[in-house]
Amino acid sequence: MSILSGVRRHDGRLGDSITRPDGTAKVQGSFMFSGDLEAEHCLWGATLRSPHPHARIISIDLSAAWKISGVEAIITAEDVPGQLTYGLISQDQPVFASEVVRYVGEPIAAVAADHPETCRRALQAIVVVYEVLEPLTDPERALDGSHPPIHPDGNLIRHQRIVSGDITATGDVVVEGTYVIGMQDQAFLGLEAALAMPGPGGAGVDLYVATQWLHEDQKQIAACLGLAPEQVRLTLGGVGGAFGAREDISLQVHTCLLALRTGRPVRIQYSREESFLGHVHRHPATIWMRHHATADGHIVKIEARMVFDGGAYASTSSAVLINGVTHTQGPYKCANALVDGYAVRTNNLPCGAMRGFGVVQACFAHEGQMDRLAAACGLDPVEIRLRNAMETGDKLITGQPILNVAPVARCIRETAALPLPDEPVGGHDHDPMRLPGGAGRTADRRHIRRGIGFAVSIKNLMYSEGFDDYATARCRLADGVATLKFATAEVGQGFITIAGQIARSVLGVDDVLLDPIDTDVGSAGSTSASRQTWMSGGAVNAVCMKVRGLMFDSLAAIYGVDASTLSIEGRDIVDATGVFRITVVDATAGLSFDETVEFRHAPTEDLDENGQGNCHTAFAFVAHRAVVDVDPELGLVKVIQVATAQDVGRALNPLSVIGQIEGGIAQGLGLAVMEEIIMSNGRVRNPSFTDYLLPTFLDMPDVVISLIEEPDPIAPLGAKGVGEPPTVSSTPAIVAAIRDAIGKHIDRVPVRPIDIIG
Amino acid sequence: MPVLVPTSLDQAVSMLSATPDALVLAGGTDAMVEVNAGHRKPHHVLVVNRVAELRSWTFDPEASTVRIGSAVTYAELMEPPIADLVPALAEASRTVGSPQIRHAGTLGGNLGTCSPAGDGLPVLAALDAIVHLASATGERSMPIGEFMVGVKRNARRPDELITAVTVPVVSGYQGYSKVGVRNAMVIALATACIVVDTPGRTVRLAIGSVGTTIIRCTDAEAFAASAVDFDSGTASGDTVTRFGELAAAASRPIDDHRATADYRRHAIGVMAGRLLRRGFANV
Ligand SMILES: Cc1cc2nc3c(=O)[nH]c(=O)nc-3n(C[C@H](O)[C@H](O)[C@H](O)COP(=O)(O)OP(=O)(O)OC[C@H]3O[C@@H](n4cnc5c(N)ncnc54)[C@H](O)[C@@H]3O)c2cc1C
Repeated sequence: MSILSGVRRHDGRLGDSITRPDGTAKVQGSFMFSGDLEAEHCLWGATLRSPHPHARIISIDLSAAWKISGVEAIITAEDVPGQLTYGLISQDQPVFASEVVRYVGEPIAAVAADHPETCRRALQAIVVVYEVLEPLTDPERALDGSHPPIHPDGNLIRHQRIVSGDITATGDVVVEGTYVIGMQDQAFLGLEAALAMPGPGGAGVDLYVATQWLHEDQKQIAACLGLAPEQVRLTLGGVGGAFGAREDISLQVHTCLLALRTGRPVRIQYSREESFLGHVHRHPATIWMRHHATADGHIVKIEARMVFDGGAYASTSSAVLINGVTHTQGPYKCANALVDGYAVRTNNLPCGAMRGFGVVQACFAHEGQMDRLAAACGLDPVEIRLRNAMETGDKLITGQPILNVAPVARCIRETAALPLPDEPVGGHDHDPMRLPGGAGRTADRRHIRRGIGFAVSIKNLMYSEGFDDYATARCRLADGVATLKFATAEVGQGFITIAGQIARSVLGVDDVLLDPIDTDVGSAGSTSASRQTWMSGGAVNAVCMKVRGLMFDSLAAIYGVDASTLSIEGRDIVDATGVFRITVVDATAGLSFDETVEFRHAPTEDLDENGQGNCHTAFAFVAHRAVVDVDPELGLVKVIQVATAQDVGRALNPLSVIGQIEGGIAQGLGLAVMEEIIMSNGRVRNPSFTDYLLPTFLDMPDVVISLIEEPDPIAPLGAKGVGEPPTVSSTPAIVAAIRDAIGKHIDRVPVRPIDIIG
Repeated sequence: MPVLVPTSLDQAVSMLSATPDALVLAGGTDAMVEVNAGHRKPHHVLVVNRVAELRSWTFDPEASTVRIGSAVTYAELMEPPIADLVPALAEASRTVGSPQIRHAGTLGGNLGTCSPAGDGLPVLAALDAIVHLASATGERSMPIGEFMVGVKRNARRPDELITAVTVPVVSGYQGYSKVGVRNAMVIALATACIVVDTPGRTVRLAIGSVGTTIIRCTDAEAFAASAVDFDSGTASGDTVTRFGELAAAASRPIDDHRATADYRRHAIGVMAGRLLRRGFANV
């Protein structure tokens, strides 16, 4: 439950808390997710995966599988017509493993058959002979050279150093810690699913898929299929959550290959277990940090070493690493720093994008450090953060100045001022569900101790390091109806809601139609990096402004008014004198305008060898305060409340922002106290929702929210991305609260019962 | 795949004797998980939750026992009057899964699966329940301790149905505790059930998820019987501590991805002590 005053609900303009256009269908169960896709004469596809974290493939025998009736296609690496590998940044991941397998779950073959059960039997009948190799599972061994390279590209994916200011500087107070972040899964509820249809007359392929970035998929799929990009047409299937896990290719190429091979539609849907193996995860990381400060708590220098385990393939590891190292200082002023960051390759599951993208890991470490520093300086955790709070114009340790609105101190102060829960320790009315242990009734009120923790974060928005980051939008306006077209993946974040609000506000229309989300229009870039409201929102805004300009020009010609004096007022077009007034519906009767715009943010730079450069685009800030009740003897935790003041620039749809904040906090809570893919020797021990625990409704605390609305002059609509920040510092705030309750350091997440009692 | 839907016990057992390889399906909350995961490929399914005899419970005031049909659900066990007759079973039922699972899942299914983490089982063990089985050739009954054979193994023959359990109505405190890392809907890392028989001057303790089957902590029970004061309903702090230690010592936990053996043993000690404290005030 959220408490937010003054939620505005009007007629779908910017600032209104309108509900999602697909909300009712989703709640009623009639929304078509990509797993619901069907086609006539459709075959089922399935994937054979490696049981070993590291092995040489000696032979693959398909003969027994081919004999099973109903099997229509079996494909392996030999059947890949184009490029044999793919990848978001470097193309190092095979479509199918052919010589070596590098992680448990790596695809080796795929089958298409008349029934899922036939697929299952066919997969069982494929005989693969392996020579099992020693897996490399310890990231430190990937670094120290003691394990031979497990990939031609080597075991080091990227090293980045940052040298800033005077690295010999020291402080009166020195604190250090080593922080460990476990592997979190995005755990979206809508499993990977796709439907591929061979194009008519063998002309390419149509793919319906739940993804985050249609055009990047298109590019990578086409390369592997040996087709031109326009021969691979993508349409967004209904997406049941993404959180970064749909940015990489999973089943896309396999599904298309099977459809092209059989000449029939093919659908693949992963099981939950397969999903855990079939997509990238949040990087587990080990981060050492040492902070030097003056006696009164001002940071003098930060030293850090970060090791991110990228798993078997590169995915976005190099970018995740850069986010990690460039956010070492957190939202605090710091002139001097020496940071070394490494992303390494191991035979663990591949890791890539997940909400927070490298910053979650850095933040857990720097916030642990801030609490240590507060203790060492005898300061309150809030006070130490206020003393160091960054402001607009301050520089990151990369030398990049913060040009955005940076209300860090305000986030901290407003969070600290939000009401604490009135619920006494141990809850109201002897309701066991309010105690740690919940339904298990393990504790009584007297066993419980309460703690309060604070954390603050900075998160970059959009893409970095010189990437040509743009979004495309098309707008047609005719007879008072605006039709928008974009390839922006709607993954639940609500862009389809915002897009309509932008068009209504800019054009003065009520009716906004959304065209299908597909590759018939230019790229929107990825739905990631908290970027779509800014980027696709910027594109929709720009194209609507352009159409509005054309509409004003045509009115000027018809009515002899000065186009430059015209503006939109509600549903009307008025001139500056107020004498001329006409409704948009009347003004556009019989007229039509059709424009397409590409929107870009200002270019960014690469980092040099000392980690200097303006590599990021923009930044958002947030503070979190967590209140937890802990049962110290059993090591169980109940999060009672999370309060947050978030720098959102401008809340284009406050309800939607609250949704992101609550969801992000749930995911942050998951990392704090329960969510972890547990691996031993390269194998996943808990690939199911029985053992990979996600917070449920009963684990979710009250969330108290203050939206800090200082429109950002750099943002096209004044609005900052709001998706990632809630996840970034909610985790360390909860862990800080646990520390506060039990009075001891805990430097790893998720916090397990043994970490509390041990 | 044929699905058999008997409506009487006679019909059910004769169908089962004709197709002993049938998958017996009550709420399906374990069975369907296995089918969906491909671990079980049944050729026949026999659905038992329309069998009237299995769907109800009865209280025998004379014998002071409750006979609970195997297809009674957790949601039903949570409601009075049975919740007042067998409070620990109601408490354990409240810890099971989610509302959906509690409305479908049955006590018979918990016995059928016989997982050491089954939440109904420690209660049945602490109450010395009798399990009733029926087949086309007759009926038999056995103590719960004999019924549970090992991890997910029990003494039921393939041609038998679990028909009911009988438990005594006991006068005294009963409680159930379950440790999991989530506040609900979680597999137990360790469980404990206490049943105090005040007139009988005994304390019974059964623990789960810390051995191949449910364990009765006989040392702790014997100690408590002599150390607590049944008349005043009190126990000393030392008694509570010792009770916990003895309970922990009775556990036989393993290390796995859910928890370490050490943690499980520790949790048993803490829970046992706290349960005893709930039953007996501090002196
Ligand atoms: C999401 C989820 C959460 C869960 N949480 C918990 C939990 O917190 N605690 C817990 O203990 N369990 C939990 N379970 C497991 C399950 O709900 C319980 O074990 C439940 O008691 C099973 O009952 P059922 O009626 O659904 O059994 P079914 O699945 O129908 O059957 C289970 C087994 O018993 C056999 N069987 C059933 N009835 C009879 C009978 N009358 N005679 C002979 N054999 C029979 C079946 O053949 C099968 O082998 C959970 C399951 C799920 C899916």
